[in-house]
Amino acid sequence: MILRFLVNGLDRWTIAVLIILLAVAVAVPVLNIAVPPDSTYHVPTYAVSLVGKYLTYALLALSVDLVWGFCGILSLGHGAFFALGGYAMGMYLMRQIGSRGVYGNAELPDFMVFLNWKELPLAWYGFSHFAYAALMVVLVPGLLAFVFGWFAFRSRVTGVYLSIITQAMTYALLLAFFRNDFGFGGNNGLTDFKDILGFNIQADTTRGVLFATSALALALAFLICRGLIASKFGKVLVAVRDAESRTRFLGYRVENYKLVVFVLSAAMAGIAGALYVPQVGIINPSEFAPANSIEAVIWVAVGGRGTLSGAIVGAVLVNFAKTWFTSGALAPYWLFLLGGLFIAVTLLLPRGIVGTLAGFVRERRAIPPAAEAPAPNSRVPAEQRG
Amino acid sequence: MSDQALLYLDGVTVSFDGFRALNALSLVIEPGEMRAIIGPNGAGKTTMMDVVTGKTRPQSGEVYFDGKVDLTRLDEAAIAGLGIGRKFQKPTVFESHTVADNLDLALAGGRGPFHAIFGKRNGATQKRIDELLDTIHLAALRDVRAAYLSHGQKQWLEIGMLLAQEPKLLLVDEPAAGMTDAETEATAVLLKRIAHEKSVIVVEHDMAFVRALGVKVTVLHEGAVISEGSIDHVSADPKVIEVYLGR
Repeated sequence: MILRFLVNGLDRWTIAVLIILLAVAVAVPVLNIAVPPDSTYHVPTYAVSLVGKYLTYALLALSVDLVWGFCGILSLGHGAFFALGGYAMGMYLMRQIGSRGVYGNAELPDFMVFLNWKELPLAWYGFSHFAYAALMVVLVPGLLAFVFGWFAFRSRVTGVYLSIITQAMTYALLLAFFRNDFGFGGNNGLTDFKDILGFNIQADTTRGVLFATSALALALAFLICRGLIASKFGKVLVAVRDAESRTRFLGYRVENYKLVVFVLSAAMAGIAGALYVPQVGIINPSEFAPANSIEAVIWVAVGGRGTLSGAIVGAVLVNFAKTWFTSGALAPYWLFLLGGLFIAVTLLLPRGIVGTLAGFVRERRAIPPAAEAPAPNSRVPAEQRG
Repeated sequence: MSDQALLYLDGVTVSFDGFRALNALSLVIEPGEMRAIIGPNGAGKTTMMDVVTGKTRPQSGEVYFDGKVDLTRLDEAAIAGLGIGRKFQKPTVFESHTVADNLDLALAGGRGPFHAIFGKRNGATQKRIDELLDTIHLAALRDVRAAYLSHGQKQWLEIGMLLAQEPKLLLVDEPAAGMTDAETEATAVLLKRIAHEKSVIVVEHDMAFVRALGVKVTVLHEGAVISEGSIDHVSADPKVIEVYLGR
C-alpha cells in the first residue's frame, strides 16, 4: 500500500532529483575523508558541515512548500517547528555530555548548575535516550501543529490572518525560550556538545555520517511529498488552494486535509531542525526569530512555489549566496539583498527558478491538448498567482 | 410537514446587519421536480442556496431534506455528503487540474484524507469519467487544464462535477450567465435531461432560458415568495409585474 503510494510519485524529474541527492550523500563525505587534504578533490570539513546545513534548510523549505505551494497555507512560523526539533535533539546531546561539563555534574547540564537547580526538570526526563529524543523530534512539532491547526482551520482562519498568527506563534516561543526559568538554557541555548550515539561529534567521520543522513532524509522526504502530491490527496490539496469553498461543497472536510498536511509538514521541519543542530553545534532561541521563518518562505519563492524540487534549489542557492555575502565586505547589505531578491523574484520570476524552467520545457514540447483548447482564457492559472 | 418533500423550507429568516435577506421564506421541492427561481437582484436567491448548502445559518425557520434531516445543524461537507450539489453563479472549477481530474475529485466516494492518500483507483472510475465527459460534451478536452476552458465550457464542467457527485438535489445558480444563445439552448436541454433523474433548482435571470425549461416558477422578492406557477401564470401576476417585469 505504502510502496504503491511512493511509486506513484516517481516520474523522470523526481528520479533525477533523487539520484543527485544520493550522489551528493555519498560523494561529499567520501571526498572529505578518503581523499588526502592536499588533493584538489578534497572537500574540507567546514564545507561538509556548511553544505550539510544547507541540506537541512532544504528539508525545511520542502516542508514549507508542501503547505504553501500545494495547499495555500502561507505559514510564517515554520521556523518554530524547525527549532523545536532542534531543541529536542539539543537536549539529547546535552544529556550525552554527562560529567564532562565545566562543572563536572553528571546529573545536570551546566546551565542548570549555574542557575543553582537541584534536580532535572520534568521536561528533560527521557532525553538521555536517543530513541525517546528522536520521537520527540517529530512529536513535539507535530503536536503543536495539530493543536494550532485544529483551532485555526476549524475556525476557518485563512490567508494573511493565518500567516500573522503563525508569526505570533513563533514569536511567543522565542520569548518563552529566552527566559532562563523556562528550563532550556535561556539566551545561550544549548551547546558544547560532545558526542552523538557514542561518536565524537567533532570527528570527520561523524560529520560525514550526519551529512549523508541529512541528504538521505531530504531524499526520502522529497519522495514522500511527491507521492502525496501525485495521490488524490494531493489533488484535493491543490483544489483547496485554488477554490476552497468549491471543495467544501463537493463534500470534502477541508479543515481535515489542512490539518493532516500541516502536521506532516511540521514533523518534517522538526526532523530538519534535529539534523541541523549537531552539524552547527548549537541551538538557541534566535532560531525562533520570525525573520527565520520568513527567510524559509523566500527560499521557496526563489526556487519555485509548488514545485518541491524548487524548494531544495532555492534553499541551497539563497543560503550559498548568504554565506558568500556575509563573509565579505558586503556583509552589512545582506538583508537588503535578500529583500531585493524577494521583490525581483515576485516581479520577474513569479514561478521561481524551477517553475520558470519547467514552463520553458513544457512550451518547447507544446503540449498538444492545450493547443486544441479554445482561445486560452485571460485569467491567470492559479499556480501563477502570488 | 410534508413527508414526501425532498426539500422543505418553512419560515426561514436570515438577516445581515439588520437587512433581511430572507424573510420567512417557505418553499417545497418534490422528488424529481425541476423548479426555476427568479427574482430581481437582492431578492434572496443566492442566500436561499447558502442556507440549503450550509454556508449560512438561518436565524429562524426550518430546513429539512428528505423529510427528516435538519440541514440547519450540518456543515457544507456533511450536506454535500447527503446528496445536495451546488453550482456557483460564477463558474468555479479547479483551474490547475485537468478536466478529467476535476470530475475525478467530484466523483461520489470516500472524502477523508487517508482514503485520498491510500485509496485504490479502478477502471470503473475511468469509465464513469468518460461517461460524464460525453454528457457535458468535453470528451475532446479531458486532459486540458480547466484554466484554458472558455466560460461556457467551465459552466458545463461544473455541471458535470455536480453530476459526478450523484446528488439527489442540484442547486444551479445562473447556469446560462455569460453564454451564447446556442450554448444557452444546449444548457437548457442538458438540465432537462438531468431533471429526469434528479431534483433540480435553477436560479436564473434570463427569462428566455426559464421559458425554455418550461417548469414551475417561483418568484422571490425581498426574501419571500410572491408568486408561484407556470411562467405564463407568474408573468401575468400583477405583483410580479410590479416588482420585477414591471414598467
